[in-house]
Amino acid sequence: MAASVRIRRQLPLSPWLFAAPGLLVTGVFVLYPFVSTLVNSFTDRRTLLPGHFVGLANFRELLHDDMFWTGLRNSTLYVVGVVPALVVLPLLLALLVQKNIPGITFFRSAFYTPVVASIVVVGLIWVWLLDERGLVDSLLETAGIGRVGFLSDQWLLLLSAMAVTVWKGLGYYMIIYLAALANVPRELHEAAAVDGAGPVRRFLSVTVPAVRSTMVLVAALSSVAAFKVFSEVYLMAGPSGGPAGEDTTLVMLVQRTGTGLTGRVGYASALSVVVFVVTVALMLLVLRADRRDES
Amino acid sequence: MSVLEKVRPEPPVTVRKEPRVTDEHGRRIRVGELVWRYLLLLAVLALTVGPFLWQLSTSLKGPTEDIYSSPPSFLPARPTLHNYTRVADTIPVWDYALNSLKVATANVVTNCAGSALAGYALARLRFRGRKVTTLVFVLAMLVPVEGIVIAQFTTMRELGLNNTLIGVVLPGAIGAMNVLLMRGAFRNLPYEIEEAAYVDGANVWQRFLRVALPSVKGTVAVVAIFAFMGAWDDFLWPLIVLSDPSKFTLTIGLNYLHGTFAADERLVAAGTVIAVAPLIALFACLQRYFFRGVGEGAVKG
Repeated sequence: MAASVRIRRQLPLSPWLFAAPGLLVTGVFVLYPFVSTLVNSFTDRRTLLPGHFVGLANFRELLHDDMFWTGLRNSTLYVVGVVPALVVLPLLLALLVQKNIPGITFFRSAFYTPVVASIVVVGLIWVWLLDERGLVDSLLETAGIGRVGFLSDQWLLLLSAMAVTVWKGLGYYMIIYLAALANVPRELHEAAAVDGAGPVRRFLSVTVPAVRSTMVLVAALSSVAAFKVFSEVYLMAGPSGGPAGEDTTLVMLVQRTGTGLTGRVGYASALSVVVFVVTVALMLLVLRADRRDES
Repeated sequence: MSVLEKVRPEPPVTVRKEPRVTDEHGRRIRVGELVWRYLLLLAVLALTVGPFLWQLSTSLKGPTEDIYSSPPSFLPARPTLHNYTRVADTIPVWDYALNSLKVATANVVTNCAGSALAGYALARLRFRGRKVTTLVFVLAMLVPVEGIVIAQFTTMRELGLNNTLIGVVLPGAIGAMNVLLMRGAFRNLPYEIEEAAYVDGANVWQRFLRVALPSVKGTVAVVAIFAFMGAWDDFLWPLIVLSDPSKFTLTIGLNYLHGTFAADERLVAAGTVIAVAPLIALFACLQRYFFRGVGEGAVKG
């Protein structure tokens, strides 16, 4: 900041002119909607009707809404299923592409392709792969196992969607781990090797402790993203959330109840508040677990 | 960032008596290790890129070819581009692509300009309320989009911009994260350069445009790439805000294609190839900046 003290004379208005577009967009389309989500959650507002204050009625209704519990269950299961895989697998992948061997740049970029591709493309590709007549089942049949029909069963469908989320996220978290691995001093590995530690032992007692804070970061990022899952399940299960809506996630429910001309904005806002609260809680939980481990 | 730059230089293949493969520290890698590394790399390659190739293959298979055969046939017997023209007959796929391109381009322009301006003010200009302004962007970054889409939708209705491409662009037009990224980049510039320009009589706009901005081109490129991909990929928001099929972006159009004509996978496959090809091309061209940007953005948050 030293220089900004020295460069003092400037048009008094210009700093605000610089910041104005950013502040305007952020204020109108992020902060105002955030506040109005909170306010609307206490009203019975609909898309075309202004709505009245109804206190906690929306939240009380949530407690008796089977669909809400289905959504909460699926979003929670999603976190439980996806996060451990996304904490561990990309780390292993990063170790695999870390060494600078010929062609490694190609592999790194190639492994990143699923991250680059639109979620819609990814969803449609996997719907086609996992279709009852699709590639995966046809390979399974050729192998003598028979066709599974991944998308026709409520649980297999949810599991498949999780697998797709992991598949798409691998490359992204791989890059984060690569950055962390580069900071692990090589001497630590060498010292451990001298002490007779094999690769597995060295991974557990050198690599893992060294990238622990990155693992926590990945856990935090991926759990928040997993809880808010929408596109994968929407694309694979369809707008209504699979058989009898059993694969609906919370954000799918928000989208379904809150949009359209008859959208129940108030009720969907209450759902959004739940999404928001759980998201923040998840963040705090992960960060807290981190601190406890350290002490 | 350091990792990738450290890792980037071509592996020094020393050719003395025998060709050797060494790692970044100049240490030799044993052949055995090399073999299992490449085997694993190829296995992961099949898993990550294979699905895209299968999609491409499906899109090239003619109407008479059995796409459900077991065992599956990976190469089209008689490759044809017929499905691509058929997609265009079924849905206005090129119009959708154009809509996506408009949205993505607008998003790139607004994000680059808006976040550079705001980032510069936060990093380099002294004004009352600078800390509060910074805090506003930090808070905005923490608000989950999924939690506010319904309110964004009603806001858009109130502004009369529902069901327009402008409505698709606006909420993400200047991302808070991009503002903070630019702020970080400007902060890292040495002050001396700007001081020299100041002494030469340059005003704040001139210092911004002629001195500071050219020095942070790398970060602007990162913002541009993120903005383009984010807009091109977005699904939830356009799905909510757009109701008129003629205004659909490619992602929404594809979902529509999938829903309406699920019977013919060749068409859906051709549609997805059209949607993903530009992104892969863009990524292939800019991957250098991209990897650096993702690493930095993710770690520094």
